[in-house]
Amino acid sequence: MKKRIMKINLSAFIVPVMSVIIALLIASVVILLIGKNPLIAYYEMLKGAFGSSQDFINTIVKTTPLILTGLAVGFGFRAGVFNIGAEGQMSMGALFATIAGMNLGGFPPYIAIPITILSGMLMGALWASIAGFLKARTGAHEVITTIMLNWISYYLGNYMVAGPLSVGSGTPKSPEIAASAKLPVIIKSQSIELTPGIFIAILMAIVIYVLLEKTSTGYEIKAVGFNPYAAEYGGISIAKNVVLAMAISGALAGLAGALEVMGLHYRYLGTLTSGKGFDGISISLIGQNHPIGIIFAALLIGSLRTGSNAMQFAGIPKHIVMIIQGIVIFLVAADRIVKTILTYRKKHKAGVEK
Amino acid sequence: MAAGIENVKDYAVVMRGITKRFPNVVANDHVDLFVKKGEIHAIVGENGAGKTTLMNQLYGLINPDEGEIYINGKKVNIKNPSDAIKNGIGMVHQHFMLVSNLTAVENIILGSEPRKGAVLDIKKAKKEVKELSERYGLYIDIEAKIEDTPVGMQQRIEILKTLYRGAEILILDEPTAVLTPQETEELFEIMRKLKESGKTIIFISHKLNEVMEITDTITVMRLGKVTGNLKTSQTNPKEIAKFMVGRDVLLRVEKKPKKPKHEVLRVENLWVKDNRGLDAVKGISFNVRAGEILGIAGVAGNGQTELIEALTGLRKAENGKVFLLNDEVTNKDARILREKGLVHIPEDRQKHGLVLQFPGYYNVILGRHYKTPFCIDGFLDMRYIIDYSKKLFEDFDVRPKDPKILAANLSGGNQQKVILAREMSSSPIVSIFAQPTRGLDIGAIEYIHKNILKLRDEDVAIILVSMELEEIFSLSDRIIVMYEGEIMGEVMPEETSYEEVGLMMAGSKLEMIRSGIK
Repeated sequence: MKKRIMKINLSAFIVPVMSVIIALLIASVVILLIGKNPLIAYYEMLKGAFGSSQDFINTIVKTTPLILTGLAVGFGFRAGVFNIGAEGQMSMGALFATIAGMNLGGFPPYIAIPITILSGMLMGALWASIAGFLKARTGAHEVITTIMLNWISYYLGNYMVAGPLSVGSGTPKSPEIAASAKLPVIIKSQSIELTPGIFIAILMAIVIYVLLEKTSTGYEIKAVGFNPYAAEYGGISIAKNVVLAMAISGALAGLAGALEVMGLHYRYLGTLTSGKGFDGISISLIGQNHPIGIIFAALLIGSLRTGSNAMQFAGIPKHIVMIIQGIVIFLVAADRIVKTILTYRKKHKAGVEK
Repeated sequence: MAAGIENVKDYAVVMRGITKRFPNVVANDHVDLFVKKGEIHAIVGENGAGKTTLMNQLYGLINPDEGEIYINGKKVNIKNPSDAIKNGIGMVHQHFMLVSNLTAVENIILGSEPRKGAVLDIKKAKKEVKELSERYGLYIDIEAKIEDTPVGMQQRIEILKTLYRGAEILILDEPTAVLTPQETEELFEIMRKLKESGKTIIFISHKLNEVMEITDTITVMRLGKVTGNLKTSQTNPKEIAKFMVGRDVLLRVEKKPKKPKHEVLRVENLWVKDNRGLDAVKGISFNVRAGEILGIAGVAGNGQTELIEALTGLRKAENGKVFLLNDEVTNKDARILREKGLVHIPEDRQKHGLVLQFPGYYNVILGRHYKTPFCIDGFLDMRYIIDYSKKLFEDFDVRPKDPKILAANLSGGNQQKVILAREMSSSPIVSIFAQPTRGLDIGAIEYIHKNILKLRDEDVAIILVSMELEEIFSLSDRIIVMYEGEIMGEVMPEETSYEEVGLMMAGSKLEMIRSGIK
């Protein structure tokens, strides 16, 4: 019996890995067509992402928020909601973490840091719950409402850094958060700093895994996600679980925003998410909505991002990375293609053996 | 069974030595089938016996690993459905294959459209379809879109589609599963007409009374093999059932005399609306006592579904009251009702009864998943849950006996057993069975009937809603009949007849029927 479960996990793992390999092969054709050597391109990319401790830390820093937005979207999928609003929830989380962090100067870090983190998570949760509540109450589809909330948070963020929170001149920005609310630096390599943010992100992935697989709350959320009719029949409230699922999803995105503020920018810049919320959708897809899979998917996208700059220096357009990312997502989403290739090969082999 | 080459010519269809293997299972194991021209030939067997697999090979949907097929004495190689159509074979699947936003006539001509030059000649098509439909009494509304068409008519459209393509041999896969008794009668009329005009019909079914009524010969299958070739006129349901199941089957369960006790559930003047906001249940009242089975008969769509949903907390009652052991429980949600001991075997087991993407062990705790011993302080006790579900699968004979298999991968009968296991093991005081045996084979039906009676003998109050009169009569201690949301009358099964209940199902009140007779 154990063997069967292992098999299932393995196949969930094979599709994304195969997809990455196929994507790299296809992209190398594109690189060849523009007259460059794909091996050099990939070497540069790999070196750019992991070549030095500075590069490696940079990759980890980029990966941290992606794990969390990936978890946010992936958790939503498991609960049957399509949270496109991680972007807005992340931004709102960052904004409120900043406001909290600015005002906690008088407290020691062991109080200031948790409160700042919780402010970000709470705000993300609240922001997402609006969409959850509207869905439960009126049936308004969360795809529409979260997109609308994204725009509200975008303009609200811009207003805050241009108006009430504005400080200094030049780029609109908020004041820095208090030193006690900043995440401590573990390793510093030149100007790049590694904070415990990555461990918080990985811890959250484990928490979400346990929540989904080991608790009755996770059971209810998954039941509603798979089959709301059967859930209701089993005495599980659809409304409650939709709002709860959105809130947890939003809290994860809000946490991503809070960590960006506390470990990287130390202030709110209005537009700091730069699409990381939307990246969460691709990452959860590549990670097959599995919390642990999402960690690796985020690392993949994070390293592609840092690696692409190095590739650019070697004279190969960094947009190649977008092609690779696009093909991976396409293949993972259309997993039948990869599965067909795999089973065809298996059949072919079996045929030869006969 | 061993027909020589010479008499292959006497048959419309001969399949010889057909073997089809799927991973882990031999779906057809050297199956021989002989169907005479112009007869109605039944293929009967339980779910998973390999009936549909065999027919899918005749129709070219899948290809046999071994074996030969002869059509009208000629050896043929059917690789795909278009080969089958060329050989005059048509198949009406269990699940209709119609395009729901096209009209009936558009669906019928799809793939073999008459043309005028390069343009579709819709006039000619309509004329041809109309002629065809009149010739065989297959009445349809050719302009109606499929989505607005009732199920019975959709089936006639499917049959017309095969005839339009010139089918001489029709395969009907479980055609009556979706039909009301009246629609079934209409279908049989059509089948007789088709037979008269020389068509050969292969009728797949597991409903023995239907097989007895309409067919000439019967091939019985069990576990991928042919276990019997019978002439309908020389056999009886008991014999067929024995071939199907491999042992003697009780077609009618034995019932101890009833001993109804105190009142458990009381419904007073209940009003419920349907999805369109129209009154579906119109002020009905009844009660059920411990140790009693109350049968609710009626044609589908007369408010039974809405009634059950209101009683089980899935739909709001507009008016009226429901009492459970004298506590008012009107419009309480499903969790509270479950806590009070009301369980429900739902009409649509895949929609309401199971989370198909969940493994068996998750499904058997649905509704009690938050309570000890399954859940302690919010955490699921997986080891206990798996041990518990293993035992339940064993006790209720769910096959395969592996609770880690997803519910979606169990057969219909085994899915129903999972639901039954879950609901019965939660020590109910009221149990509502909605169409508990729909679509199941006789082995499973017998099993479920026995369990319903067992619950009754354990003093559970039982409501049984069924479209099958036979089921209502053989199990119920009392029968009420619903028509358009009202109760037409209440009768005791031993004091009434199919005819009287049938009249009530058609909308006559009991007083009127009895005063008319007397």
